[in-house]
Amino acid sequence: MKQTTFVRTLVGAAVCAAFAGASHAQQPPVRIGVLATLEGPFALGGQDSMRGADMAVRERNGMAGGRRIEVIKASSNAQPDVAVNATRKLVEQDKVDIVVGPLSGSEGIAVKEYSKTQPNLTFINGSSGAQAATLVNPSPNFFRFNNDGAQAMYGVGKAALDKGYKRVMVIAEDYAFPYSQVQGFMAEFCRLGGKVPVKAWVPLGGKDYSSVIARIPKDIDALLVVLGGADAVNFLSQYEAAGGDKPMIGGSITVGHDVLNHRGKRRDFQLGTIAGSPIADNYEGAAWKVFVAEYRKQFPVSAGGNANPTLFAPLYYTNMKAALDGLDAVKGDLSDGQKNYREALAKLVVKSPTGDIRLDANRHAIVSNFVTEVVKDAQGNLINRVLRKVDNIDQLLGMKREEFKIGTRDEPSCP
Amino acid sequence: MNAGAGGLALGKPLPGRSPGVSARQGRAEIGENLISRYVRPRHIVVLALVLVYPWIATPFFTFQIGAQSLALGLIALSLTFLAGYGGMISLAQMTVAGIAGYMVAIFGTAATDGVSLGWPWWLAVLLGLAIAALAAAFIGWLSVRTEGIYTIMITLAIGVAFYYLVLQNYAVFNGFQGKQKVFPPTLFDIHWRDPLPFYYLTLAWALAGYFFVQYLVRAPFGIALQGIRDNPRRMHALGFNVTAHRVAAYAVAGVLAAVGGVLFTWYNGLVTPGSVGTGWLINILVIAVLGGMRHPTGPFLGAIVFVLLQSFAIDLIDRERFNLVVGGVFLAIVLFSPDGLLGLWAALRSRFASGSRYSNSRGGVR
Repeated sequence: MKQTTFVRTLVGAAVCAAFAGASHAQQPPVRIGVLATLEGPFALGGQDSMRGADMAVRERNGMAGGRRIEVIKASSNAQPDVAVNATRKLVEQDKVDIVVGPLSGSEGIAVKEYSKTQPNLTFINGSSGAQAATLVNPSPNFFRFNNDGAQAMYGVGKAALDKGYKRVMVIAEDYAFPYSQVQGFMAEFCRLGGKVPVKAWVPLGGKDYSSVIARIPKDIDALLVVLGGADAVNFLSQYEAAGGDKPMIGGSITVGHDVLNHRGKRRDFQLGTIAGSPIADNYEGAAWKVFVAEYRKQFPVSAGGNANPTLFAPLYYTNMKAALDGLDAVKGDLSDGQKNYREALAKLVVKSPTGDIRLDANRHAIVSNFVTEVVKDAQGNLINRVLRKVDNIDQLLGMKREEFKIGTRDEPSCP
Repeated sequence: MNAGAGGLALGKPLPGRSPGVSARQGRAEIGENLISRYVRPRHIVVLALVLVYPWIATPFFTFQIGAQSLALGLIALSLTFLAGYGGMISLAQMTVAGIAGYMVAIFGTAATDGVSLGWPWWLAVLLGLAIAALAAAFIGWLSVRTEGIYTIMITLAIGVAFYYLVLQNYAVFNGFQGKQKVFPPTLFDIHWRDPLPFYYLTLAWALAGYFFVQYLVRAPFGIALQGIRDNPRRMHALGFNVTAHRVAAYAVAGVLAAVGGVLFTWYNGLVTPGSVGTGWLINILVIAVLGGMRHPTGPFLGAIVFVLLQSFAIDLIDRERFNLVVGGVFLAIVLFSPDGLLGLWAALRSRFASGSRYSNSRGGVR
């Protein structure tokens, strides 16, 4: 559209002129839009996301690169179309310079596609972990300073074999995120000689797991259960009721606090469950302890905060921190279509609560990951104890690009 | 679409329940004085406004508010036609729209796995509309013998069934991820998804849908439909085939919803199970009720308010509580004006002007 281009050029020129004039005096604030799910199935996670992003801004008293930071929040409901609508509003109506978000996988892919239509702005992921967002048709202005779903399970395969689980059945929800989680587990597990004879893909939000429970073979050693929140609780109660006794391996969102706090008849059934996660409550790292203390101080339980931050808070914190670190690196200079800013982001090493994070050529994070185990603490509460921390996991899980295929229902496979 | 009425008693005297119906009988009268009868100054004002709008508004307002409202309005219009003129409240209108969207993605091009045949866009769109209309007729045929709450239940059940079908079927519908990158074609060197062209595209179809419904409710078929709404037994006794009329009404509404569905899919650039989930099934009802079901302008008004609230409620109040505003406004409108925004408008008119033309003799108004 010539008309629009012309108008944009005019506006751009005016903005440049304004910046040039203002740079000596007070600079205008940098507007950062934060998108998370304040509605829908991940509404609680969305609140923690906002808390994490707020913490990163407060930590610097709302300043970065010599400019004031103005945060504009937007909400979606984990649906890609809603996420794009909210992003479009942030960009085109609220005129933000930088977008931080979204929260969930298919939202991330949709926002990445939208970012291609706004080449002069910078999009930094929130917590979404779909592999395709940075692996397939990556967008030059979409950055992700957090793990994808596969990275978050890396290390669990070896831990499972160490525990003596050689044959594992997969029970997972039927969409992209669990596919990648299963891949992260199987990539290592199969390479080291483990077998996965059966995979059961169940619909998201399922209530009845009896048919799946009936399919569990006798000759397996453990179950890999990649179900979120309520689904995990439902499955656990039904599996208990059916007299199931196979030990469990959990996905990153399976053994969250809601599951640990679930007061089943045989709550101790969960003891010894290993899982993979980008965060771990009882990690002894200094930066993590500071982060948790700060979270509890700013968002005490009495004010609606969680006793422990969920994984969304540190992920949004890290991505927001990266956005601000980048502003520091270029001293708040977002001119020239933010070119310098994006170059600075690509080179950035972000000090996240769980360790240093840098980016690969697709602007995706190379991260550390935790293998955790459910144990009882002194008060008798179930908690996740850190079994192992694995560093330097890249998006291809150590494989070459040619041999790496994005996880699906059938990929990888080692029956 | 007069097929249902074809061979039935088209020229018969009409049931006199709805006020205004008797004023316009038969085809001959509809033909004459078309312009002076239907075009009023306010029509020209509104038309000028919607045509000039994208030149005043920012691309955001043109695309996200304007075009989205028109596409959603068109889908809700199909419900207004069914419910307002046919007395059948179907919750499956978004399902029909979603079927059209999915078919365009399946026969045309989409970037995701599963079946995408890559046929020319016009063929994909035509097939999408045809299949959606067939599906609508089928839904009508299933639910037409029920009344009131049972119609709502059966159409809701069909909608939820379709949601789970697309959620769990990977071979054709690509499951949870749905179909991504479903865009309108580039035709005559115009990128039809740019804000301005897309706005005019949706506007053209919205106007077409509006005038089509306006015409249809005054045509014998529409009048018979209103007769059936008011007293099916009497219409049956008069020799009308009540069931055929209702099924035909579903098919007609299906075409409207399908056009809106294709536009809405192009607007989003994708169609996923979320686009046909219960949330959207009910949103369409909310839009139709919000606007008012007594006139085809209602759904478009409702859609504008709905889209504005969805976009801007978050700016009005604490970010984590903004759905309170959305719900509160809906509640207030429905509570204080059972006829939606149109009812509010009519009430204001009758308060400030003596005697409301609205309630006197608007054709096809309940």
